[in-house]
Amino acid sequence: MSEKVLMKGNEAIAEAAIMAGCRHYFGYPITPQTEIAAYMSKRMPKVGGVFLQAESEIAAINMVIGVSATGKRVMTSSSSPGISLKSEGLSYLAGCDLPALVVNIQRGGPGLGGIQPAQSDYWQAVRAAGHGDFRRIVLAPASVQEMVELTFKGFDLADKYRMTTLILADGTMGQMMEPVSLDMGEVTATEKSWALTGTKEARKPNIVNSLYLQPENLEKMNRERYERYQKVEENEVMFEQYLMDDAEICLVAFGVTARVSKNAVDIARQNGVKAGMIRPVTLWPFPKAALRKAAEKVKAFVSVELSMGQMIEDVELAIRCQKPVLLCSRAGGMITTPDDVLAKINEANEIGG
Amino acid sequence: MVVFEKPKALTDAVLSYCPGCTHGIIHRLVAEAIDELGIRGDTIGVAPVGCSVLAYNFFNVDMIQAAHGRAPAVATGIKRSDPSKIVFTYQGDGDLAAIGTAETVHAAARGENIVVIFVNNAIYGMTGGQLAPTSLPGMVTQTSPYGRDVENAGYPMKVCELLQNVDGAAYLERIAVNDIKNINKAKKAILKAFKNQVEGKGFSLVEVLSTCPTNWGLTPVKSLDWLRENMIPYYPLGVYKDKYAEKEESK
Repeated sequence: MSEKVLMKGNEAIAEAAIMAGCRHYFGYPITPQTEIAAYMSKRMPKVGGVFLQAESEIAAINMVIGVSATGKRVMTSSSSPGISLKSEGLSYLAGCDLPALVVNIQRGGPGLGGIQPAQSDYWQAVRAAGHGDFRRIVLAPASVQEMVELTFKGFDLADKYRMTTLILADGTMGQMMEPVSLDMGEVTATEKSWALTGTKEARKPNIVNSLYLQPENLEKMNRERYERYQKVEENEVMFEQYLMDDAEICLVAFGVTARVSKNAVDIARQNGVKAGMIRPVTLWPFPKAALRKAAEKVKAFVSVELSMGQMIEDVELAIRCQKPVLLCSRAGGMITTPDDVLAKINEANEIGG
Repeated sequence: MVVFEKPKALTDAVLSYCPGCTHGIIHRLVAEAIDELGIRGDTIGVAPVGCSVLAYNFFNVDMIQAAHGRAPAVATGIKRSDPSKIVFTYQGDGDLAAIGTAETVHAAARGENIVVIFVNNAIYGMTGGQLAPTSLPGMVTQTSPYGRDVENAGYPMKVCELLQNVDGAAYLERIAVNDIKNINKAKKAILKAFKNQVEGKGFSLVEVLSTCPTNWGLTPVKSLDWLRENMIPYYPLGVYKDKYAEKEESK
């Protein structure tokens, strides 16, 4: 069953969602993720699903809220400026404890920015999108195969913890073609007794709501939610380690920059510098323990990002600033080369020496 | 012998509205329509942001509370998820005709098979009486202390007239709840809107001219007079669109 097909990242996400039992997609055209919508518009009618192009990003996320409230799997996708618009809805999803899958195929910003790949929505993804106290699960695939696997798993996690899963990729990942296996196994069914399905006059009405006018009640809800988030932090951290056993320089990179960084690690080792890499797969929950452990052994870290430096702050927090953390950064749609990373590895090797 | 009962589609919760506010009447009319059509067990309601934000406590059906203005989009999701359910939104003028204008117009354009109950009292009630998209020219509110100056704040939104030209809208009627005669007409309009949905006829919006004694600074009785004398002339009552009636006539 390991037959592989050649797929574009964006299309792989869409097909994986359908395999995961998602039959409702709402979106709005924006580069570089429009292939997801286009794919869904072709596929959904064939599998008895609903594809609807909404009048706005805001409407799309609210349609997601409507479907999720009825207990069904649902998704939307967008790119950076569109996720800003969806932020209100992301907050309501959290406040209502509704599961959903949201995809951000990032482009450069701020403002209209550009349409080339970036990772500059890291803060938005792990911290900022939406008002209030809440978290969302953020998954960062580094291959088309992983886009399939994390989309499939993302729905399970969303249902299990009643929260949003955000797939954070970038224009390169979305447009890249790779052979993938679509054999994902069975879909996990989740009991959703809270869903709005009509009372049939046989039960009390279900209410999906984020309004708590009594501050005591709102605090209680927030604390309960954070107990759930705690479980996510305990159980769902995912990361990959590459040549970390004897590493003296630890690269930290996710998504497309992790691919570039892997090459740089190999070249550095040929040059006699013991580099390794920790690649967070979950950006939230962040692999703090793995980084802290690495900090005991390595001389320095290098955070490799397609941004002006965002994840670097989480790296510094995770290791409690015990070791120097350098930034290897390209921004605005520019892509890091292995040479850029190699130069930073050498710099880290000298200052960490 | 009981001759007047509370509709089953209303819960026992005490309404949170101010004395004399006509939201209570409108809630009752919606609930009666749900009861009469026997659809309570299959109905899902969407509450707005505004005075009726707590509607989820008052309607005895499955309910969701939507972000400000987004109720038609949330209702779209619910209806598309399960078309066998009867889905309605209950929205005020700020929610529907200001921050949620796009969601309203496009739900109508798509001909979503939902019911929108639009309560127009020409003011933002919950936040304490600010200029609404439907506040009348010259109307004094907290944020139009010298009266609505149309040169500055623009003109009121006439929602039924606006949606009249949207092909997807099936049924649009403006009613008022200022006296018994009009309340009876309102009942018929709301019942028809829900019946349309049961019959799969598409987007139905009923605009209900309503009062806000608290923020208008009038007694409940004077508010009813003000509605009749000021709101109805600016927002004429009547059926603005009935797609299926038109079709039957043209046969």
